Amino acid sequence: MSAADITPGRERGRLAELLAALGRSRTFLAGAVILLFWIFCALFGEFFTPYDPLADDIINSLMPPSAEHWFGTDQLGRDVFSRVIVGARDILTVAPLATLIATIFGTALGLVTGYFRGIVDDVVSRVLEAFMAMPVVIIALLAIVALGTSTFTVVSVIGLSFSPIIARTVRSAVLSERELDYVAAARLRRENALHIMFVEILPNVLPPILVEATVRLGYAIFAVATLSFMGFGIQPPSPDWGLSVSANYGMIGGGFWWTVLFDALAIASLVIGVNLVADGVQGALDD
Amino acid sequence: MLDFGDKGALWNRPAGRSFDFGWQVFRTGESSIAAFILRRVALSLVTLVLLSLMVFFGGQVLPGNVGRAILGPFAEESAVQALNHSLGLDRPYLVQYWDWISNFVQGDMGTSYVFRSPVAPFVLDALVNSLKLAAVAFIIVVPIGILGGVVAALNVNRPLDRIISLSGLTATVLPEFVTGIVLILIFGIWLKWLPIAAAWPEGAGFWVQLYHLILPSMPLFLVLFGYIARMARAGMIEALESDYTRTAVLKGLPWHTVIRRHVLRNALTPTITVIATQAGYLIGGLVVVETLFRYQGIGSLIFTAARGKDFPVLEAGILIIGIVFATATLIADITYSLLNPRIRLGAER
Amino acid sequence: MTDALVLDHLDVAYHARGRDRAVLRDVSFRIGEGEAYGLVGESGCGKSTAALAAVRYLPRNGSVTGGRIAIAGEDVTTLGRDALRRLRARTVSMVYQDPGKALNPTLRVGRQIAEIFELAGASAGDARARASGMLKRVRISDPARVMQRYAHELSGGMQQRVAIAMALAKDPALLILDEPTTGLDATVEAEVLDLIAELRREFRTSILFISHNLAVVAKMCDRVGVLYAGMLVEEGPTQALFRDPRHPYTVALLRCLPRAGEHKGQNRLDTIPGSLPLPGAIITGCPFAERCALADDCCRRELPALIDLAGRFSRCHYHTRAGELPRQTPAEVRSLAHRTAPEPVLRIDNLNKTFRSRDHNLRAVADLSLTIEVGETLGLVGESGSGKTTFAKLLLGLLPPDAGGSISFDARTLPPLLDERTDEEVKAMQIVFQNPDSALNRAHSIRHVIGRALKQLAGLSGEALKARLRDLIRSVKLSERHLSAKPRQLSGGLKQRVAIARAFAGEPRLVVCDEPTSALDVSVQAAILNLLADLQAEKQVSYVFISHDLGVVRYLADKIAVLYLGRIMELGSSGRVFSGPHHPYTEALLSAVPKLDGASRARIKLEGEIPSASNPPSGCVFHTRCPRKLGPICETQEPPLAEAEPGHALRCHIPLANLAKLQGISMHQHSETVVLPTRHGRP
Repeated sequence: MSAADITPGRERGRLAELLAALGRSRTFLAGAVILLFWIFCALFGEFFTPYDPLADDIINSLMPPSAEHWFGTDQLGRDVFSRVIVGARDILTVAPLATLIATIFGTALGLVTGYFRGIVDDVVSRVLEAFMAMPVVIIALLAIVALGTSTFTVVSVIGLSFSPIIARTVRSAVLSERELDYVAAARLRRENALHIMFVEILPNVLPPILVEATVRLGYAIFAVATLSFMGFGIQPPSPDWGLSVSANYGMIGGGFWWTVLFDALAIASLVIGVNLVADGVQGALDD
Repeated sequence: MLDFGDKGALWNRPAGRSFDFGWQVFRTGESSIAAFILRRVALSLVTLVLLSLMVFFGGQVLPGNVGRAILGPFAEESAVQALNHSLGLDRPYLVQYWDWISNFVQGDMGTSYVFRSPVAPFVLDALVNSLKLAAVAFIIVVPIGILGGVVAALNVNRPLDRIISLSGLTATVLPEFVTGIVLILIFGIWLKWLPIAAAWPEGAGFWVQLYHLILPSMPLFLVLFGYIARMARAGMIEALESDYTRTAVLKGLPWHTVIRRHVLRNALTPTITVIATQAGYLIGGLVVVETLFRYQGIGSLIFTAARGKDFPVLEAGILIIGIVFATATLIADITYSLLNPRIRLGAER
Repeated sequence: MTDALVLDHLDVAYHARGRDRAVLRDVSFRIGEGEAYGLVGESGCGKSTAALAAVRYLPRNGSVTGGRIAIAGEDVTTLGRDALRRLRARTVSMVYQDPGKALNPTLRVGRQIAEIFELAGASAGDARARASGMLKRVRISDPARVMQRYAHELSGGMQQRVAIAMALAKDPALLILDEPTTGLDATVEAEVLDLIAELRREFRTSILFISHNLAVVAKMCDRVGVLYAGMLVEEGPTQALFRDPRHPYTVALLRCLPRAGEHKGQNRLDTIPGSLPLPGAIITGCPFAERCALADDCCRRELPALIDLAGRFSRCHYHTRAGELPRQTPAEVRSLAHRTAPEPVLRIDNLNKTFRSRDHNLRAVADLSLTIEVGETLGLVGESGSGKTTFAKLLLGLLPPDAGGSISFDARTLPPLLDERTDEEVKAMQIVFQNPDSALNRAHSIRHVIGRALKQLAGLSGEALKARLRDLIRSVKLSERHLSAKPRQLSGGLKQRVAIARAFAGEPRLVVCDEPTSALDVSVQAAILNLLADLQAEKQVSYVFISHDLGVVRYLADKIAVLYLGRIMELGSSGRVFSGPHHPYTEALLSAVPKLDGASRARIKLEGEIPSASNPPSGCVFHTRCPRKLGPICETQEPPLAEAEPGHALRCHIPLANLAKLQGISMHQHSETVVLPTRHGRP
């Protein structure tokens, strides 16, 4: 047989192929640039902000944008530009952590329910469905009010409430995988259930998990920002964007638009960035 | 809106039980539409019971000592106990749950810790207001969203498709308070076209109410537009690439007949389910919008209750949203089954 | 007289991953008025692309890059939008595979036919009446009822009739049939093919018939073109082309098919080395040169022209010598002494499987009893719903059987479920699945797939495992280069070799082969069949060989069981079952298979549809379709599976001697090499 019987051009690993496809995706690249910008600002922003983001300066409060204060100052006289630059710090910790928890829990739950089916699956699915009958922020609201606000609570509540959604994605992927003959073949060579779930099936359901996790990250940012805006997320004195909007939006009737607009646009750009990344990943995996 | 993503209603479609028999799948589906609806209603009830358990757990078990939570850390222990006793919180959880849920079903939603008055009237008034706001958003977004998706699909991968898809994606993922703030700044503060407070003057007529509701409905519109357009686009593309569309085209039918008779119905059936599902979420999404626009709806009621740790109001509000959601999903499922002969007549093969 | 279809030096390319990939190259042929032209080729040869290009319905990334297509004299490639629509409305129709998808799921069947007449200007009422008439013409006995149905409520055969009715409604000059019977059961396929042949005479339509199945094309067409790698390599009148092929590819392809009477015990099948070129591969010289034993430097350098050979064409420099193509696989069989064992390796008694759900009980396997000897192949034949695959799953312990029956292996009773069986029992019985894409984990390398089986089933590790792995892949004719590849990098044939290696990792005593070649191309199938036969001769392994392809079963099986609705209708040695007298169902199955010689012969027609296994007919389950039905006894009393002669059991009320008379077979004349009965007369 000739050497040509191994299809050429497909010998690169799946990861290399995925990265190459991502490199071609303009959507992904645009999203990645935005995301990296805010990550950079969160990590190193404090070294180049013109003012201390937390320092009050009551005399100069509510100044409109000027050469000194590019984005103006808020009611405590803090420099809005400096606050916007470092404002991603907390949300970029809380949201990815919550997503990570959700992905790990959801994947395990989805593998088990999808593989075993039967009564366990019926019961768990029904509970998850009830859970998902509610917008997650409302569930999270109830839990956070009940438990008291703290970063730990926010991370774990959002993580746990997102896990059913990831579980559902994983479960439906597992349901179709388990019908494939390689699973029967594994059983016919005496592999145990753990091996089948994690060694045989898991590698094949990674693509949908990856997509779901990036989409979830976008929603985690959405959720944390919304909770912060309502006062149940990130707590003062953080320069967090949602928190700043919450503190200042009561005054927009008075014309102090700069106290909220830049924070709102910053949130918008971050959420859009993450979702462009998610869209790019999905597109690359569909190729 | 606070949807974290349930695109899933479609995935779990109850398409009749089927089991594997070699390569053949035999359908043993519902023998009649009535049986299907009955089963679906029963499922919704189970979901609601589970939801009520969760709400009860969150509202009455998780907080631990409610009396302490209300009275604060410096109150006398005896006062805390007296309050707990007067609220009935020293009884076993099962008794408390049964008491709460059976009263709820009969329309007694408990007494507000903060206002010391029955919860039901608040909640129901607020619900009516919220439904008005939701209806405005819904009526605007459904036709525009579907149109957007259909137009995008008919121009797939051309600039028009990219514009619609990208703006849909962007609109969907932005938190309502962000879009709300920007919209208030543009239309309320700078252009002064629309009122920034949703509350209308006492006794205002339909048109005045509508005028006040336009701006608050916009953030909801933006979020839903992307969803609906995306679903409609995906459904259209699938239908356009299907063999039956090829059959229709090769019959020599005019393009508009192909689209109208063969593509649209198959393409939009799943979208209808999503729309109805979103109706439920939309109610939930009002928390932020109503707070931002100072509107007396169920969302702002929940927000106020959460701030004041007023658990009876919080629980009632959340459960009501759950009921609205379950009803919307139920209607969606039934509509879907009516539109899709494969489910409607599943067993006849 | 205008030709119905002319392709004139047609080139078609698909744009993928950054460049144009040619899928059709310089294809020319013409179909005359009333002529049926067959286009055959294996997967990826571009035959469907030719059809789609003809009706200008190429996928978005496909385009005609050269040449011309004319339907009834109109140049399709340059028609304006409205003219194209008129052409499709009046002149050309197309029917394709999978009729279930070709019909709109949300419109009633009647509406979908009537709209064609409305398009031609008929009133709504008139259109409905004509739609109903059209259904009658495709031999649907109850048009009014079928008009009211949705597509999913009809069986596959009915759906395809409806699709054909729609195609013929406009009385087209050209009808394109793209694999119209692929995926249908043998008896249904035969009915649909008969219908097409009859309608062709009635409508006097020209036909472009596309198929991978040589025998189907031989039966249906006047002239045939053979496509290979997007090029027409040979064309000629059907009879002449199949009897005396002039291109090495055609010669080799025909040799890959097991012929009636060929058996693994006597000779091996010839094979074509290598694999099909990928669609869009860049080819210089003759596309077949790499796999051709006649090829020389000239062939690799220079693309031969389509040479005119008085009424037929061949694209081969050495067309005169095509028939002398040397065999690629020697015919001699390595015969090892057949060790006889006192006990059968497998004995199944009274096996039953009922799927239960709320409102149905579906008896997928009913009262199944049989034995398999050491080193023997049992061929399991039956149409969809016959319970073949369920039986395989029961055997392997993947499904629990109903209580009562028993499976014994080497005279020991096997626990019914896999998890209850011992390691020895599990490794003694393995399976080769139908679809290697599903059977091999796409995340794992070949080394992992086979190595893991060796570790788990043979208990090997370290150097011993590596050594055994090398032996094993050599025995399935893979090389070590393949070990680090992932399944998707390999062709279907190579993947199936990997699956076979995995099944043989634990030195099994019995291997279930579940349609192991039905997903493969003909040129690859022969090599896999040879491999299975070689492994059996060497290792004395027994096979349960499931297939719907009677030719393949006949070649490989020693014993045959014919299943219908979960019941064995006939069981006997391969020779007896094929030479007859047959059970009436077997008789119908055999007569449904089109023969390569294209000779038309009277066919045993089966009435109606295959009944649902969840609601089987009373009495003999075959009585609703049986052409030899005796009378009321068949409707009320289920005949037992009784031994009619030594080693040959039938489930039929008709005595064997009477069956022989009905089927025109003289008794006691069987031998293994008897040619298939060619005349089936009704009494």
